[in-house]
Amino acid sequence: MSDEVKIGAYICKGCDLGNRLNTDQLEMIATREGRVALAKSHDFLCGEDGVKMIQDDLASGEANKVVIAACSRRAKTDAFSFEGVPTSRVNLREGVIWVRPETDEAQETTQEMAEDYVRMGCAEIKFMANPKPSEEQGTNRHVMVVGGGITGMTAALEAARAGYQVSIVEKSDALGGTAGQLYRRAPTRAPYADPEDTGVEPLIQMLEDDAKVTIYLNSVISSTDGAPGRFNIEITQGSDQLEIISCGSIIQASGMTPYDASQLTEFSYSDAPDVITQLELEALAKAADGGPIKRPSDGKEVKNVVFVQCAGQRSDKEGHLSYCSGHCCNTSIKQAMYFKDNALSSGTDPLDIQTTILFSDLRTPGAGGEDFYRSGQDKGVTFRKATVSAVSKDGKVSLNDLILDEEDTIDADLVVLATGMIPNSGRNNEREDELQTIKTQLEAEHKEVPQEMLDEIAIPVESILNLNYKQGSDLPQLVSGFNDSHFICFPYETRRTGIYAAGPTRRPMDTQQAQEDATGAAMKAIQAIENAGKGMAAHPRSGDLSYPTFRKEGCTQCKRCMMECPFGAIHSDEKGYPQYNEARCRRCGTCMGACPVRVISFENYSIDSVGQQIKACDIPDEFDEKPRLLVLACENDAYPALDMAAQNRFEYSAFVRVIPVRCLGSVNTIWITDALNSGYDGVVLMGCKKGDDYQCHFVKGSEMAHVRMSKIADTLQTLNLEEERVAVHEVAITDIQRVPELIDDMAKVVEEIGMSPFKF
Amino acid sequence: MSDLNQALAEKYQGNFLKEVIDNVEEGDMVRMCMQCGVCAGSCPMGPHWEHTPQKIFMMIRANKRDEVLQSDSMWMCTSCYNCIARCPRELPITHIMHGLASYAKRLNLVPKEQPTAKFAQLFWDNLAKKGRVNELKLGISLYFMNGFGEGIKVAMGNQKLGMNMLKTKRMAINEAWGGHSVKDKSGFHAMLKKAAELESAAIEAHSK
Ligand code: SF4
Ligand code: SF4
Ligand code: SF4
Repeated sequence: MSDEVKIGAYICKGCDLGNRLNTDQLEMIATREGRVALAKSHDFLCGEDGVKMIQDDLASGEANKVVIAACSRRAKTDAFSFEGVPTSRVNLREGVIWVRPETDEAQETTQEMAEDYVRMGCAEIKFMANPKPSEEQGTNRHVMVVGGGITGMTAALEAARAGYQVSIVEKSDALGGTAGQLYRRAPTRAPYADPEDTGVEPLIQMLEDDAKVTIYLNSVISSTDGAPGRFNIEITQGSDQLEIISCGSIIQASGMTPYDASQLTEFSYSDAPDVITQLELEALAKAADGGPIKRPSDGKEVKNVVFVQCAGQRSDKEGHLSYCSGHCCNTSIKQAMYFKDNALSSGTDPLDIQTTILFSDLRTPGAGGEDFYRSGQDKGVTFRKATVSAVSKDGKVSLNDLILDEEDTIDADLVVLATGMIPNSGRNNEREDELQTIKTQLEAEHKEVPQEMLDEIAIPVESILNLNYKQGSDLPQLVSGFNDSHFICFPYETRRTGIYAAGPTRRPMDTQQAQEDATGAAMKAIQAIENAGKGMAAHPRSGDLSYPTFRKEGCTQCKRCMMECPFGAIHSDEKGYPQYNEARCRRCGTCMGACPVRVISFENYSIDSVGQQIKACDIPDEFDEKPRLLVLACENDAYPALDMAAQNRFEYSAFVRVIPVRCLGSVNTIWITDALNSGYDGVVLMGCKKGDDYQCHFVKGSEMAHVRMSKIADTLQTLNLEEERVAVHEVAITDIQRVPELIDDMAKVVEEIGMSPFKF
Repeated sequence: MSDLNQALAEKYQGNFLKEVIDNVEEGDMVRMCMQCGVCAGSCPMGPHWEHTPQKIFMMIRANKRDEVLQSDSMWMCTSCYNCIARCPRELPITHIMHGLASYAKRLNLVPKEQPTAKFAQLFWDNLAKKGRVNELKLGISLYFMNGFGEGIKVAMGNQKLGMNMLKTKRMAINEAWGGHSVKDKSGFHAMLKKAAELESAAIEAHSK
């Protein structure tokens, strides 16, 4: 193949495109304006014949880059994937004919829409090269597991069974973690009626017997360096450095710490030996080993036990946990069953032991939750919807029954508090920086630093990973101190590529969920290793070979890219230039959007690949009354939502031109100023939800974009343009009805404030 | 308070659920109620009760012995079976209501002047006599339930209805003299006696 660029433009006439559009005209535009080497139409482009036609042209060297003007880039991806050939997709179906009425009046503007999209595709392809794998690949089939609890052990076993080498680092002197302290656990399989064995013992045995697994007890990680595929981890035992292990990926299963119940003075926890936590009851049950459970104070057999749910949890009181720990309702049911089952096996009538669970909302998650609750009732456990105001030293529980609507008391032999779990998530670097900044500022202004702040700074928190990253020593935290990961859409994924959080460090959960988590994280860790070896991105652009590079001559060392990269992928070298870690990079393009001098680009996605599309559109002059609106839509949610709107045949303005972007974070303000300068009348940005309950696939991309765009008003002012001409929206993939409305809203705004004065 | 009541209260001290499970017909199902409130919303008598079935079941588990056994609630059940048909946990609610009423009566805890309790007694006495309900006598005894004067008044008021029922053979006047009966009356009586003995013995035993 010669170096000469030969673009082949292929226009599909199937799916009614041939009837609705003048494809001869489109061919002509591709040739004359798009300057492609060849333009062809086909009745059924994604069919065997159509694809063969393209393949033949590629094989004969007639074309070496391809523009497909047919359906959305999200459709027919298999048919239109030509290995090693840059391909631009022009969306004439979902983007044009499906969102426009099939009427004579609409015909002209619909055709114009299609023509513009063809121009844009031809412009984009000129700036697309075939991405080549980065130079830094290396495959290291070794997974590091941090934490030897049930999560870590399960993850280790899963990875080892998949053929990977595993090291487990455990801080204490034994494997097992919190699950190892339990007598039994809530059932994990049908009929979900009785507590079951924790499975910890056999798990430990399997790991000890597995040749692929190395266990480091009494050990911590004192330093972590590198990137996916080539992490270097230093393991320390006491003051001795044990070993440096190189591994491909890391699973952080650092577990949880029980909430300190002595903060619950209203429940007399510190003063009364017979007021205990769930974890302490496990120890009593272990000691009883199937016999009658005895209370701590005087060893009397317990006849009346009360469980107080949500003790210090789901509450906004000072010192309480705001969240639900997820397992405690099932745990209380399980523990009430200890009493009933033990009575039965020691020949007592289970009804003679009263077990009352006081809850304000009973939550029994998981497939078997409801069955387990029912089984608890069947065994005679009493559930009372009530709030507990106090527990006295002698075990008198004062409650407000919410069903009977009255105050009541129960004289209990033993009171068990369902206190919550606190994640072991390492240092909160973001918060530390924030505190430090405020402190420095206050000191500079000679103001007093508030005591709570000093207290917070003074609390030492141990790092878990000791990452040598410019962006901090530990995984970033999201809400309530849990390590970042999207609970639903992409669990385990953290903002540090190749490091996966699993178990209660990422969200509150029980042992079964922790094991499911561990399995998922192990799969992710394996995928990260394999992808890193091939120079491919991890989630969500898994398999992407493109990666960002920067033009050193232009770089002003402003460090914006390093600060805005959500994944800590960019380090700085001695001179302050960005130093990319491709294996850590997720290819979101946020750095590209952030760079004020626009020197960052990907082989197939760049300031030009989008910028030139913007410029390629035909801008009718002011008196044509045909405004032009630009939509930059995130390809993860907003663009699919637009596609689905089209599938539903929701119509929207014919004046809009939509360009998909990798993430709203990749939107550089230059695109917007260029668009406005060249006569667009309005710009709409659509990205994912940001904030603590984000849906952004790159976690912080959308947020960064919002911050950047909040400053666009100044630019508009200097251009003497109205602020309303630029709108930023958070869009979910389900906003199928809303996205066309957002476009039409902008069309209305433009109608009201008038056309842009920048049309030439 | 009867001695039996006292004895049972002491025996089950603070564990009313167990008392109900042991002594009330189908009382063991009380523990399965999940407090959804469907029965409370389904009961046509709901607004007229002191406590809905849902609350009664919660009160049992919350050891509200006196409040439950002395309440008028279970006496208000009309046996429409709405709640049984709807309860997602399949509690035999209607039967439990009757079981509770019967237990309360045995312990002498029926609210004074509870008309439905009076009627239940009339019905039972009427039925127990011959093994068949004598509607005419039941009707008359119902009229005179609250005294002679009141009975005359009610009877006069229903005169027309009575005449019409006679005319259309909905009521047999000869029922006033004797009335019909089951074939083996003495066998029937023996059966009732035995059942009563068994029940009393069981509860008696539980009170010890
Ligand atoms: S901002 Fe995105 S594209 Fe840029 S280095 Fe970071 S992860 Fe990669
Ligand atoms: S409908 Fe059934 S389960 Fe629901 S409150 Fe009534 S008895 Fe309980
Ligand atoms: S059977 Fe009794 S408790 Fe049930 S709905 Fe009817 S009246 Fe109410």
